[in-house]
Amino acid sequence: MKSVSAEEAVAMIPNGASIMVGGFMGVGTPERLLDELVRQKKTGIALISNDAAVPGKGVGKLFEGGQVSRMIGTHIGLNPKAQQQMLANEITVDLIPQGTFVERIRAGGCGLGGVLTPTGVGTLVEQGKQKIEVNGKTFLLETALRADFALVHAFLSDYVGNLSYALTARNFNPVMAMAADTVIVTAEHIVPVGVIAPDHVVTPGPLVDYLVANG
Amino acid sequence: MDAQTIIARRVAQELRPGNLVNLGIGIPTLVANHVPEGLKVFFQSENGLIGTGPIPEQGMAHPLLTDAGGKPISALPGAATFDSAMSFGLIRGGHVDITVLGGLQVDAGGHLANWMIPGKMVPGMGGAMDLVSGARRVIIAMQHAAKGKSKIVGKCSLPLTSARPVDMVVTDIAVIAFPGGKATLMETAPGLTIAEVLAVTEAELAIPDMVPEMKL
Repeated sequence: MKSVSAEEAVAMIPNGASIMVGGFMGVGTPERLLDELVRQKKTGIALISNDAAVPGKGVGKLFEGGQVSRMIGTHIGLNPKAQQQMLANEITVDLIPQGTFVERIRAGGCGLGGVLTPTGVGTLVEQGKQKIEVNGKTFLLETALRADFALVHAFLSDYVGNLSYALTARNFNPVMAMAADTVIVTAEHIVPVGVIAPDHVVTPGPLVDYLVANG
Repeated sequence: MDAQTIIARRVAQELRPGNLVNLGIGIPTLVANHVPEGLKVFFQSENGLIGTGPIPEQGMAHPLLTDAGGKPISALPGAATFDSAMSFGLIRGGHVDITVLGGLQVDAGGHLANWMIPGKMVPGMGGAMDLVSGARRVIIAMQHAAKGKSKIVGKCSLPLTSARPVDMVVTDIAVIAFPGGKATLMETAPGLTIAEVLAVTEAELAIPDMVPEMKL
């Protein structure tokens, strides 16, 4: 784990990168990294995020300057900008069920080829997917999802990058921290080793590549 | 009593002690305000919480404690938080006893459409498909008609949310269930006759010998 500034962290991300961003409607999102992505005008982003948040918050900021070219998510209904760009075919959006979204990412982070889920069978979601019967029940094969970068927000990080999360800001963060080549983390508080008891560590330090310094 | 209150109050009567319950947005959210006194249930918010409580008093909101719409909520004693994989494991894995969701259409076979209107409204399905596929009981809470058109239809014209039929639909004028896969009128709203309900219902409904009024 290496400590960097937000500016240095985002400078490592090339245009056109695939980026997973933690958060649910902007809650539990690493805002400082989003601000820096806007400031450094990164473009062609393939965004993997649960939702498009709202304008001016979380990943919602990326849609204002047209920085996203493709998105995989579950809901964009509360961001009119993202809706407009999708309906005008300026961006490609894959909308998938939320349980499938998180399991595909989990699979990507855990070395699995994919998962079998009953969700989506008999709906538009099954189009183009392999159906597999197991013990008389039909499932869709949903393939694993990984990204070049994961941008994660924790509540606490200690000096070696052990992370714990708070309340509903945990959401997709621990799963995404497993599923990208490079993991960049912001934390509300950076604390000495030992403050987070081993039993309370959710994301172990070795998963974290870069911790963004506070202040 | 207004339409939404009728629906929310009637749905709340379906809750049983200790149930783990997931409420969708819109009318389903109101069900929490009508839980019978003394009945203890757990409400799940799919963004990672069991034990959601009311909107916090002024000054008590926490930016990291929100509902699935991103609005501040509170957590009750005994609450638990978890990540999204766990949250949808609970949903898909049959650990959620009841989900209450809104609907655009429910058809005569109990199939639900509630996530998109092609070319018009394409917000994404969020957690709806997982909830309908995995919850033990699926209850739809919605107005019986929209703009004068019945939302209880013969066959859904909008894209389905799941191939799995729902268990019950509660509207402002009727309770409909699907015994044997057939839409059946179980109750009418107080003061309404069976004929009045049928007159504004597109789907064919089976009528049992006894169709009581909702007890609100």
